[in-house]
Amino acid sequence: MTNLKSFMSRQEMLGLLVVAAVLFVVMPLAMDIFRLNLFGKYLTYAFVAIGLVLCWGKGGILSLGQGVFFGLGGYCMAMYLKLEASTPEATAIQSTPGIPDFMDWNQITALPWFWQPFNSLTFTIVAIIAVPALFAFIIGTAMFKRRVGGVYFAIITQAIAAILTILIIGQQGYTGGVNGITDLRTLKGWDIRTDEAKYILYYVNGGLLIAVLLLSQIVLKSKLGRLLVAVRDQEDRVRFSGYDVSNIKIFVFCFAAVLSAIGGAMFTLQVGFMSPSFVGIVPSIEMVIFCAVGGRLSIFGAVYGTLLVNWAKTTFSETFPELWLFGLGALFIAVVLVFPNGLSGLYRSYLAPIVDRFIVPKGRKAEPDKSTPAAPFGADTTAKPAE
Amino acid sequence: MNTLNNNTDFLLSIENLTVSFDGFKAVNDLNLYIDENEIHVIIGPNGAGKTTVLDLICGRTRATDGSIKFRNKELTAMREHEIVREGVGRKFQNPSIYEDLTVFENLELSFPRGRTVFGALTFQRDEEVRSRVREIAEMVFLDTLLDMQAALLSHGQKQWLEIGMLLIQDPELLMLDEPVAGMSVSERKQTAKLLNEITKGRSVMVVEHDMKFVEDIAHRVTVLHQGKILSEGSMAKVQADPKVIDVYLGH
Amino acid sequence: MFADYTWTELGSIFAMQGFAGLILFSVFVLMALGLAIIFGQMGVINMAHGEFMILGAYVTYLCSNFVEAYAPSFFGVYFFFAMILAFVAAGSLGALVEWSLIRHLYKRPLDTLLATWGLSLILQQAYRSIFGAREVGVTLPNWLLGSVPLTDIIEIPINGIFVMVLTFFIAIGVYFILFRSRMGMQTRAVVQNRVMAGAVGINTEKVDRHTFALGCGIAGIAGSAFTMIGSTGPTAGQLYIVDTFLIVVFGGAASLLGTIASSFAISQAQSTMEFFLSGSMAKVLTLLTVVGILMLRPQGLFSLKIRR
Repeated sequence: MTNLKSFMSRQEMLGLLVVAAVLFVVMPLAMDIFRLNLFGKYLTYAFVAIGLVLCWGKGGILSLGQGVFFGLGGYCMAMYLKLEASTPEATAIQSTPGIPDFMDWNQITALPWFWQPFNSLTFTIVAIIAVPALFAFIIGTAMFKRRVGGVYFAIITQAIAAILTILIIGQQGYTGGVNGITDLRTLKGWDIRTDEAKYILYYVNGGLLIAVLLLSQIVLKSKLGRLLVAVRDQEDRVRFSGYDVSNIKIFVFCFAAVLSAIGGAMFTLQVGFMSPSFVGIVPSIEMVIFCAVGGRLSIFGAVYGTLLVNWAKTTFSETFPELWLFGLGALFIAVVLVFPNGLSGLYRSYLAPIVDRFIVPKGRKAEPDKSTPAAPFGADTTAKPAE
Repeated sequence: MNTLNNNTDFLLSIENLTVSFDGFKAVNDLNLYIDENEIHVIIGPNGAGKTTVLDLICGRTRATDGSIKFRNKELTAMREHEIVREGVGRKFQNPSIYEDLTVFENLELSFPRGRTVFGALTFQRDEEVRSRVREIAEMVFLDTLLDMQAALLSHGQKQWLEIGMLLIQDPELLMLDEPVAGMSVSERKQTAKLLNEITKGRSVMVVEHDMKFVEDIAHRVTVLHQGKILSEGSMAKVQADPKVIDVYLGH
Repeated sequence: MFADYTWTELGSIFAMQGFAGLILFSVFVLMALGLAIIFGQMGVINMAHGEFMILGAYVTYLCSNFVEAYAPSFFGVYFFFAMILAFVAAGSLGALVEWSLIRHLYKRPLDTLLATWGLSLILQQAYRSIFGAREVGVTLPNWLLGSVPLTDIIEIPINGIFVMVLTFFIAIGVYFILFRSRMGMQTRAVVQNRVMAGAVGINTEKVDRHTFALGCGIAGIAGSAFTMIGSTGPTAGQLYIVDTFLIVVFGGAASLLGTIASSFAISQAQSTMEFFLSGSMAKVLTLLTVVGILMLRPQGLFSLKIRR
């Protein structure tokens, strides 16, 4: 990065500052720890949504299997925590002490080989990044090298999400089955269930989210970011300009997978369990709607979109459980038909011009951001706060 | 000349090239040679296989049989981007540009540096890139529109932009599929001038319908009919060939 | 896993599982035919296809209750009326959906996917509100119950035979509509070149609506058939949507023969493996195989080489 201005426009800088202020100041002051923990849980989905902005919004690759990567990250974390919670002393009543309780219930008498390395925290942290990245790389290579894209890619990733869910539920002795891996207690002896730990984890999560936003911004502002848009709109032209298009797609798919996995790991830490209900078809496609509500082209919009949808889900499904599915269904349709630019589009049309008046020095016209492509349906910029 | 490997002095030599789609031979046992610094125009009635020949050279379509050699290097087994990196540029029939990006960014993305994923991540817009983009933009009459979103250009300007995107790659062989389609008369004249200018130091293959334009630019003309060569030579010779007249006027 | 059985037992197992697979095959074919029309011919991803099927199932359920209560003498033949009604109901809903939703999205296939997913959520909740969350079953007329003994061990249920015969006729009907009728020709013309089809006087909007409605209507019939082998609940359709999409893609999206062949392969593989492995592992292995093959051969089993 030669200078800050080419890296972030003023609008984008403002967007980042607002996100940071909301995460680190407003929410912790406004909410008790129970609500804040819930809010932190929503934020873990934002990692997925940011990945989808790059992959789908910019690159045009719609993955309906992001829950797979969220789950892989979450399960890696959960396996480590579960092993730590399953000391021989803590599990003395089991017929085989020292292995996770659900294994004991399923008459498994020794820790399976693929659980062994998760005794190490270092290995676990590496695995959280490497396992989803490798998995995405295999899928991406198999599909993109053969020019499978668009609708077919969406259907196949969806099938993979279905397969993984059935597998996890079916192999309950190794995975905890439909209940998932539950009853997680400590991380290196530090109790993650106390209020204090929840505060700390919330801030770690927020810090990671800011870091991921910055990292995504770096990718988007590099030539690769413009190439993504180019691939989405004129794949052949990119290919005949001497680029290997499949490598670009594989990279962004892996990148999105890693972001999702980080979200999944943070989910496990904050919520204290991981289960197949965050892996399958339904959660995966809901993650797409988080991104779509945010406006699919704005990484900041993705954060607000995630928060808005999840807040609505909690509120409605608590008070009017019947209405929630109608509402969510209508949201899917509306975000496609009525406002495809989502929150960031609304911000761009109504609020951005007003904000520009305050943040752009007098005498200088708010110049169009040259290094950022205008979106097909309009906007690419910060989004307005949803709440 | 190394006759053992069938190598030639030609920039591009196509020999016994055949492609069939479910039995239909779109290109049939074709032999075609392109000289250095030559503007070679391919004409022919619809369905003659003109665009298919360009697709075959640039790797978009795979040959069923035969060989395509560029500087005596076999292209038929190479992937598209590798062929481009060898120095073959291709313009499509419909202007294919990145409408959401600016003219500058369109040209910049075609600049031959940082073509790997890592290279693209670390690519810097330095003075070399800037001056090269400006230079090319001037050649294709777009130097005042560098910051405009490409979607807002006129049809003719989009065609020029795509030609510019090829020029910045500095290919040794430039293939243009109907470069003046949809252009106004004055735009055609400008394009002809442009083509004559850019052919210095490179060869150009053009597929075109507009006979007036072909007359203006062609050094040599090949007439394709049903996937085979019907006639070849100067424009005057081809126009006088009774077989050609028959194909164009006979039905 | 075969060692515990004698050869005759193995033969019977394969025969019986094979037959059970044939019923699954029939439902797959009916589901997939509708989807093959909508996805293969129109390029629309209808994620609500399972809900159209379930609509047909509920219509059949209502018919069975109505006839049982008010016209018991017709009970033996109500199933045929129920199928027609299921076709009409699902087809009409399909036409409505095409008019209000799909026609705005023909150029954005990925967006149809999201919008129809939203539709499927709405339909699921509507079923839940109207019919309740509990699964309902249909009373079959007597002549559809029972089975035909083939050997000492192998018995073939009559409703299975009925569903298969039905599927056979519907598949032939769809073939004629798509490839031998004027409507099918117009559909294919619109798909291949919308502007040109419009220019030669085809009412493209009408063709779109009819095609979509036809695909949904066939899903409705699939729902009727489905009531014979499974119980109907608000989310029952969603369980089939991934399988059905894989079948259509696996068969080569535009090929009816491919759709039928891949339905057969997938249903038989699943049904046979189910006997030896757990149901979930059979499904995992089947789907993994399909996904694996699709990665090697993305164009599906049956497809044409086309000139670009």
